[in-house]
Amino acid sequence: MTTAPLSRLRPSLRLTGRLPSARHLVLLPLSLLMVVPFVYMLGASVMTRAELNRFPPPLIPLGIDLAGYRGLLTDSQFPRWFLNSVIVAGVIVLSQMVLCSMAGYAFARLRFTGRKVALVLVIATTLIPFQLTVIPTFLIFNKLHLINTLGALIAPQLASALGVYLMTSFFQNFPRELEEAARIDGCSRFGVFFRVVLPVARPALAALAVITFIYAWNDLFWPMVAISSQENYTVQAGLATFQGQHRADWPQIMAGTVLTTVPVLVVFLIGQRRFVQALAGAVKG
Amino acid sequence: MSTAVTTKKDDRRAAPPRPERRSRRRLGDQAAGWSFAAPSTLLVLGFSLLPMGWAFRLSLTDSDLVSEGQGVGFANYRTLADDPVFWKAIRNTLELTGIYIPVSLLLGLGVALLLNKPIRGIGFYRACFLVPFVASAAAEGLLMAFVFDKDFGIVNGLITRAGLPAQGFLDDPSQALIVISGIFIWTQFGFNVVIYLAALQDIPKEVLEAAAIDGAGAWRTFRHIIVPSVRPISLFLAVWGLIDCLQFFDLLFTSTKGGPVNSTITIVYYVWQLAFEFFTAGYGAAVAYALFAGSLLAIVVGMVFGRKKGFLL
Repeated sequence: MTTAPLSRLRPSLRLTGRLPSARHLVLLPLSLLMVVPFVYMLGASVMTRAELNRFPPPLIPLGIDLAGYRGLLTDSQFPRWFLNSVIVAGVIVLSQMVLCSMAGYAFARLRFTGRKVALVLVIATTLIPFQLTVIPTFLIFNKLHLINTLGALIAPQLASALGVYLMTSFFQNFPRELEEAARIDGCSRFGVFFRVVLPVARPALAALAVITFIYAWNDLFWPMVAISSQENYTVQAGLATFQGQHRADWPQIMAGTVLTTVPVLVVFLIGQRRFVQALAGAVKG
Repeated sequence: MSTAVTTKKDDRRAAPPRPERRSRRRLGDQAAGWSFAAPSTLLVLGFSLLPMGWAFRLSLTDSDLVSEGQGVGFANYRTLADDPVFWKAIRNTLELTGIYIPVSLLLGLGVALLLNKPIRGIGFYRACFLVPFVASAAAEGLLMAFVFDKDFGIVNGLITRAGLPAQGFLDDPSQALIVISGIFIWTQFGFNVVIYLAALQDIPKEVLEAAAIDGAGAWRTFRHIIVPSVRPISLFLAVWGLIDCLQFFDLLFTSTKGGPVNSTITIVYYVWQLAFEFFTAGYGAAVAYALFAGSLLAIVVGMVFGRKKGFLL
């Protein structure tokens, strides 16, 4: 939706025989400025400690030194943190795909008492800042003896207002005919939803999955609060505390930031179109 | 985000011919509706409204995070008035917001305008602008602390190579907040680009063509057609940006940690410190509530103002 179709682009170029647009002169440097820090991060992660502790530091690595990665994977608990992040983000994504799409379907399609109130309340919660709820949330999990477990990281994110909102607006624009046919064939509401609706809702589910994964993977605030022992850290929390302990070991820290960033970038690049559509659609809806 | 839900269609189509079947289906919808909606609704409300109420109760105590603490009435709120760090945090948050919102909106709209007409490599550009937005703020904070390091950073390396004096950046109380604001803009404004781009593509071609025929130049088209058309989106992005600024934590936590000498401390960061570093949870809750009341007021005023002018937010 935001991409100009190629068919529209090519003929105009051919017809007018124009030179590449002057807009590139602004866009190219600006877009490179956006990503150059990440390229530098990748470069720094394969530099030696001596290279990085020199001033001025080199722009590009003289060779490829994997000591940073080796140190990270063997001396620290990084592999454990990574696994924790995968578990936490994975469970959250799956749960939101099921629960938020169910709620979205109900809010968009089924008529039940209190529907509007519930939907408005859910969406209004996006105005409640996390710093307001974080202290009591900590106390709740503490009381339940769930603090310092992965469960404490997962539970508050099992469903989200944004997810419910996204799925509700998706199902409002979803053709009814399919469900009606299945209903007439004697399918129950649950049957219709799980066998007919969900398979067709794949684009929206993919968008929800991408957005949820990025948020869940990147979260730092709640893991910092809820987790107190190293082995239960997520990558973000591990990275944040890691820096304090290895102040001078920049190659290792940079290796950590690379390995933390790669999963979200991969997910983003695969799901880019859906991600962009969902963001734009959510705002315009 | 609009909360309007269309219900008209549902009514019409769900009406089956016979009355007894109708009521049965109604009943079925009740049960199915609630069983579908309840898990998400209960989870979302349970993890927001419940703690929100509890936070208020907590703000009236001297809880130390471990014990419940004693009720102290509104003493915590009175303490706020004389807490220099609280006011410093408010000032920093306002300064950050004051830099962040205008710059990120203008940059976002500018880039979106450049990308709006068919251009080669739009996919590449859009991906580039979004990469800092999707990458983790914690990693970006670490990276930027390294890049802007006063002694070993690459930025000072380039500056001194160009013959200019090295800067303190994140170690200099007078520069840190500005550098942090710049970094924050870098991480976030790609979102604005995408949203503006979608909004621009909704402006009818005829309107733009008509303007061109009437001899409107680029500036007048921008000023009188584009800016008013995307105003509701601008308002949304401004509110969103405000929320982002009020929740600004991750990037700080891995770069300046609110320093040097509280020059980059924000309200969220202060709440975190109060509750989880100094163990003054009651007071922390009071700070959070004071901020919440203030920001809610700002957002409601913004929205009402927007509605009055006939914009749908």
